Amino acid sequence: MSNLTKTATAAPLLDARGVTMRFGGLTAVNNVDLTVSEGEIIGLIGPNGAGKTTFFNCLTGLYVPTEGTVSYRDKVLPPKPHLVTQAGIARTFQNIRLFANMTVLENVLVGRHSRTKEGLISALIRGPGYRRAEAESREKAMELLAFTGLDNKADHLARNLPYGEQRKLEIARAMASEPGLLLLDEPTAGMNPQETRAAEELVFAIRDKGIAILVIEHDMRFIFNLCDRTAVLVQGQKIVEGDKETVQGDERVITAYLGAPLETETATEPGETSTETSE
Amino acid sequence: MNSTPLIPLVKVAAGRQLARLEGSVPAGTARALTAGGAVLTIASAFLSWTWTADFPGDLTVSGYPGGLQWLTVTAGLLLLLQALSAYGVRGLRWLAPTGQTRALRLLALGALAVTWFTLGAIAEELGGLANLTAGGWVAAVAVLPALYGTRALPADEKPAARPATAPAWQERLIVTAIAAIGLGIFTYGIDTSYGELFEGFLISVVFSATAFFRSGLFERISALLTRQKPFAMTAAFVAAALFPLTQSDDHNANVGVNILIFATVALGLNIVVGLTGLLDLGYVAFLGVGAYTAALVSGSPYSPFHTQVPFWIAALLGGGVSLVFGVLIGAPTLRLRGDYLAIVTIGFGEIFHIAVRNLDGTSGPKITNGPNGIPAIPDISIFGLNLGQAHQLGSFTIGRFANYFFLMLIVTLIVIAVFSRAGNSRIGRAWIAIREDETAAEAMGINGFRTKLTAFALGASLAGLAGTVSAHVTYNVVPDPYVFAGSAPPNSAFLLAAVVLGGMGTVSGPLLGASLLYLIPEKLVFLRDYQLLAFGVALILLMRFRPEGIVANRRRQLEFHEADIPAQGGSTDTTTLSTAGA
Repeated sequence: MSNLTKTATAAPLLDARGVTMRFGGLTAVNNVDLTVSEGEIIGLIGPNGAGKTTFFNCLTGLYVPTEGTVSYRDKVLPPKPHLVTQAGIARTFQNIRLFANMTVLENVLVGRHSRTKEGLISALIRGPGYRRAEAESREKAMELLAFTGLDNKADHLARNLPYGEQRKLEIARAMASEPGLLLLDEPTAGMNPQETRAAEELVFAIRDKGIAILVIEHDMRFIFNLCDRTAVLVQGQKIVEGDKETVQGDERVITAYLGAPLETETATEPGETSTETSE
Repeated sequence: MNSTPLIPLVKVAAGRQLARLEGSVPAGTARALTAGGAVLTIASAFLSWTWTADFPGDLTVSGYPGGLQWLTVTAGLLLLLQALSAYGVRGLRWLAPTGQTRALRLLALGALAVTWFTLGAIAEELGGLANLTAGGWVAAVAVLPALYGTRALPADEKPAARPATAPAWQERLIVTAIAAIGLGIFTYGIDTSYGELFEGFLISVVFSATAFFRSGLFERISALLTRQKPFAMTAAFVAAALFPLTQSDDHNANVGVNILIFATVALGLNIVVGLTGLLDLGYVAFLGVGAYTAALVSGSPYSPFHTQVPFWIAALLGGGVSLVFGVLIGAPTLRLRGDYLAIVTIGFGEIFHIAVRNLDGTSGPKITNGPNGIPAIPDISIFGLNLGQAHQLGSFTIGRFANYFFLMLIVTLIVIAVFSRAGNSRIGRAWIAIREDETAAEAMGINGFRTKLTAFALGASLAGLAGTVSAHVTYNVVPDPYVFAGSAPPNSAFLLAAVVLGGMGTVSGPLLGASLLYLIPEKLVFLRDYQLLAFGVALILLMRFRPEGIVANRRRQLEFHEADIPAQGGSTDTTTLSTAGA
């Protein structure tokens, strides 16, 4: 990826330092550092229960980290989800959380909530300012729907969309808040290969709009096709971070996914073969 | 043995029996039976059904229908019209855009139900079937051919024809006719002078409305009303304003104004429950706050504040004080979600009730006079027009309650405007988003707590506004109506029932639900002891058969009856939505 050199010099957009999340005696996320720079696509992988989503929740204010700080554009983020979105980080959810009984367009309009400010009074009076803002919101929402290819379904109920389009709508809704960083939590879960390819294209298109992306995924091909860097989280700890060769060649990653080898010879083999096939 | 598997068994058996009737005679014969049966039904209503005038409505006269017989005539006429429409008579086919048979079956069943109900009521009241004359027995049998005919008709599988577009003036004419019919039905219902007539009226309305709903006529009408929205709103308002003019005495105007108050408060509650999804079980307290505020500044000699302010200031004050109470109560409680919120709001509702009972000078400062309340509230005077006195408008006499009816109608209009404008805006979308998924809403940048508090406070102030009028209408304000559950509206349980019964998230739903819930206890006196039981049963049945309420929000309709909606990509116009709420 040609972006690697460019992003290395850019100032970090997101800077998570020493993020630790404990639930009672359980440490779900342990002292994780992660930076995302402008225009980067960063992958976050790890086995089930490694703490990826918990880490996401710490970044987006759903959880208040027990220790550590998260800053966005050099400002420490307040631990409130709506303020995080206001600051410029938007997210999608692992299990789709659309507003099921609202239309597709209304879902995206809700996403614009933090970028508009018409309150109750102006809604009641419906002055020219209100109409202008509402029209502008609609226009931007329709643009986003066109971007994700849902513009012909703007009036459908979100619940009636097929699964893949619900995923797309969730991304469109998140983009409506005009974020600088988009967090995608397993955007291709449950998708077939074609849909996954389309999702890859969509992620690149989002990056080309100047939005940095942090993505959790289990689909390794998706991750290694997309990401400039990938961080691996195992049992709450970040064990390795780097480009795909670094990650694929790392023994600890292989151990985490496949288990510890009985003999040392067999341990190197899967690593080697996987590097070969991907090149 | 458990009895539960029996019910589906019976259902299946009955269904088979009825299905066996289908096609048992040729369709032509069945249709002729239906039409002929309808004529027979109408004719039978012209006979005398009983020998004594002791039964209300005088059903002893032959050659002229009276009282409940009119309902049989109406049911027969509707059946005849529908049957003629099934014959393909030009100009009547609009009666059933999607299905004749379904509508015919329900109409025939309705005719049977209302006729047999009347005969049963005669037997019950006068002590035995012997009180029926031959005409009564003829009527009982006369409804059967039509019922058999409709059952024998082939089931219709006609797809909805595309509605023909009429010129705007024709559509407006239809809207006007609909408003007039609506006013007529409502006026008839409210005018019913004895319980049996009201019950028969309810039976007729339920069966006919279901029939026309099943025939696809209502869908057509609602599409028409959406197309002509501003005109339809105006027509509805004019029809409502004409209501007092149709009444000769002021009693029904009193019922009307109480319905409006109840409906307006229910509409305010709809913001909280229907749009934002916050189950508020202490909502009636805000009506109480508004009523007490207005009473305290009304100049009543029993108010500790010996001031009298103009009504518009009192109205603003009532809304404002309710708003403050809404924020005060909402701020601590809205941090809770779901069931916990419901429990806490019951608590706050009771706190209000107990507090006003005790602010009587002995257990607290003397403000509300305790259980005695604040009596002798003077009438409102607006621009020198004393609402307490009757006025002449042309040849019509506008009584005291009619005056208040007009005032309340304006308040209702304001609340409707607030509801629909707020509901269909950035803040309204945020409310619905919170109802749908609060976590996702917050992740989209919505400040959940503040948005919920806005809904709560807005709902409270609308109830307070209605309360200011209600204080003047009833002359006095006492703590008793403002409880969680009672046997007469308004109380929190009734308000919630009106919203749920009518249809959550809609404008017309709570208005309809409130009218029904006010009129039924008012008219059905015998229910008084069993009222709460009856409402419980009614709500359970409603939740089983029509969970979205009588007037369905398009959204909720899609939510509950997904199987009825054509599959993806079939026809787009069935799944598309125009605007929020009907």
